[in-house]
Amino acid sequence: MNSLLAATSTTAMSGEGVYNYGLVIFLMMTGLYLVLAKGNMIKSVIGLNIFQVSVIMFYVSMGRVEHGTAPILLDEDLPHHTDSHEDDHGEDDHGMLQTGSEVALASTDDTHSAGTHSPQNDTTQAMTTTESTVYSNPLPHVLMLTAIVVGVATTALALALVVRIREYYDTIEEDLVDAIESRLQKEEQAEVQS
Amino acid sequence: MTFVSTITLVFFFLLVVVAVAIGRLRSLFAAVMLSGIFSLLSASLFVLMDAVDVAFTEAAVGAGISTVLMLMVLHLTADKETHNNQVAVFPLLISVICGGVLLYATQDMPHFGDPNAYIHQSLTADHYLNQSYDDSHIPNIVTTVLASYRGYDTLGETTVVLTAAVAVMMLLGRPKDEERELAESPDPIIEVGAKMLIPYILLFALYVQFHGDFGPGGGFQAGVMFAAAYILHALAGTVRSAQNAASADVVEKLIPLGVLLYAAVGVWCLFKGGNFLEYNALDPEHPAHGQHLGILLVELGVGVTVFSAMLMIFYKFALRGKEAE
Repeated sequence: MNSLLAATSTTAMSGEGVYNYGLVIFLMMTGLYLVLAKGNMIKSVIGLNIFQVSVIMFYVSMGRVEHGTAPILLDEDLPHHTDSHEDDHGEDDHGMLQTGSEVALASTDDTHSAGTHSPQNDTTQAMTTTESTVYSNPLPHVLMLTAIVVGVATTALALALVVRIREYYDTIEEDLVDAIESRLQKEEQAEVQS
Repeated sequence: MTFVSTITLVFFFLLVVVAVAIGRLRSLFAAVMLSGIFSLLSASLFVLMDAVDVAFTEAAVGAGISTVLMLMVLHLTADKETHNNQVAVFPLLISVICGGVLLYATQDMPHFGDPNAYIHQSLTADHYLNQSYDDSHIPNIVTTVLASYRGYDTLGETTVVLTAAVAVMMLLGRPKDEERELAESPDPIIEVGAKMLIPYILLFALYVQFHGDFGPGGGFQAGVMFAAAYILHALAGTVRSAQNAASADVVEKLIPLGVLLYAAVGVWCLFKGGNFLEYNALDPEHPAHGQHLGILLVELGVGVTVFSAMLMIFYKFALRGKEAE
């Protein structure tokens, strides 16, 4: 009952539904199944990779905003430092002829160079940034970017272990490794008893 | 439903198809190639979800480096599964139950792309979007967050890469420079083609490294791409010729050097009177300049460590087979 209520209440929210979670969970479970069911170690590593990519996709899909763009500030959202510096040089000549927008740009530049922010300037700038362009949430991107590189490093570690296992046991199937291991143990016990 | 979300859905279904195919195939070679395709598809999906930096990394790492590593491991082990592909009931049951529980939990999750979702309303996200340019004068918010706001985190991640590289080196032994070739007779077409590509890959990697402040890119992506250029050199020609270009001894020493550079920037901030990794202290007159310098150096450290770690891991796998023969 509770879940139904929650579902009906979320239909009022904008967005495109929750299908992304369903697909991510399917991919995740495919990876989990491969890890659990496959005796072949390389298949298990591939399964782990699928699992990892789907978790990354889960985070990135949460960071998405409808009609948004990549979190790299567009030129029109920047205070144009270099341009307004050039303006500064010409300010003495025709300072009074500046249009309103140029004055605003020069004033934001002044606050930057002085290193002190008046709170009013900050809020107006924040408003224009959010109103003019919609950006996706950068935080999940940062977390997942590093996770991918760390993921390949740990995958390499897993593969190195697989190579060593192959060299020692001459197989990369888990059950065969188990069989060899138990045979070796029995032989050892037999030696101890005799 | 908009055009973009339709494409997103198509990519999602392609991913599902590829994932199922990986599970059903017995040929490990095909499975590894499909996992490369899986990574490339997910990189496309990341672009559609506006995560360009993540897509960049996934395309270079998932479709590039990890596919190469897996193929080398196949070369060292076996390329077929010995067991038949019966459906294992117990693992399937666990997966279905686990997936069902998770699916049940998603019912009150925020909708895909909902701007009112809680994570977009948090003060942190607001600060990143509206203040990061004032703090560091860098348009790419991902770079600022990665190297400055979450600098501790990234230092830790770089250390993990270092640790993994050290662990692989311990497992697979120290490579010797006098090893023989990977391919007995390099194909001239591939060799010439690769030689034409490599300078551009290196140039692009430099661009990605130093332009990461203004566009997608940064140390992680550039490091992987540098490594990819050398790996291509080794695959098309010989491992020895790649080692003439980047000697294993030098690469080995570069791995900790990058982490040390990163940490040294933090210590430098301490000496300048700030906190650890507080780049504002580097240039007290212009805090944004200090941020810029700190982020540049830190990204360089990340790039050096990732490049050398990836290349060293490749050398280990490439030379292992020759030792065994």
